[in-house]
Amino acid sequence: MGGMPAGKVDRSEHDYSDWERRVDAMAVLLGRKRRLTVDERRRAIETLAPQAYDALSYYERWVVALGQTMVQRGIITSAELARRMLEVEKRG
Amino acid sequence: MKSKSVVKARFGPGDAVRVLDAYPLGHVRTPFYIRGKTGTVERLCGAFPNPEELAQMRDGLPAQPLYRVRFRQQDVWPDYRGSSQDVVEVEIYQHWLEKP
Repeated sequence: MGGMPAGKVDRSEHDYSDWERRVDAMAVLLGRKRRLTVDERRRAIETLAPQAYDALSYYERWVVALGQTMVQRGIITSAELARRMLEVEKRG
Repeated sequence: MKSKSVVKARFGPGDAVRVLDAYPLGHVRTPFYIRGKTGTVERLCGAFPNPEELAQMRDGLPAQPLYRVRFRQQDVWPDYRGSSQDVVEVEIYQHWLEKP
């Protein structure tokens, strides 16, 4: 990001999966409802540890950023998020 | 936007400006590669809430003037091999610009 050496650019086209589309839609909705700015999302992504940044895919970074921002804003709690994640995990 | 919640524009088209060569914490829109470089104001784009403040969940007011600044590619990239006429334009907020 911003002029740091980063290797070759992957120019291959690829389809988005359903969960990626849903993450994008969620970000748009939160923006429209004034619960999230682009800048908050970017800040959350930029403050990921370098190892996490490299390990996560593009929309995985968005998921982390959205969750982080909603917890910071007090819209959800970490405990609520944790319980929901367990529910989804069980669903398989 | 109310006029008092907008910072007055200090630069105009044709003015030479230098980008601050600073690396603060937080979310900053000014790309790393352009910091410390000198260019020319191409146009004033308007004034917008400061993204550095929006990123911290504040209102970003007063709004900062945003400029499109034109740089010569050979001034930006030390090993630039293209034409000396080539330019890159970057949108930069006023609080990142100073008179060279």
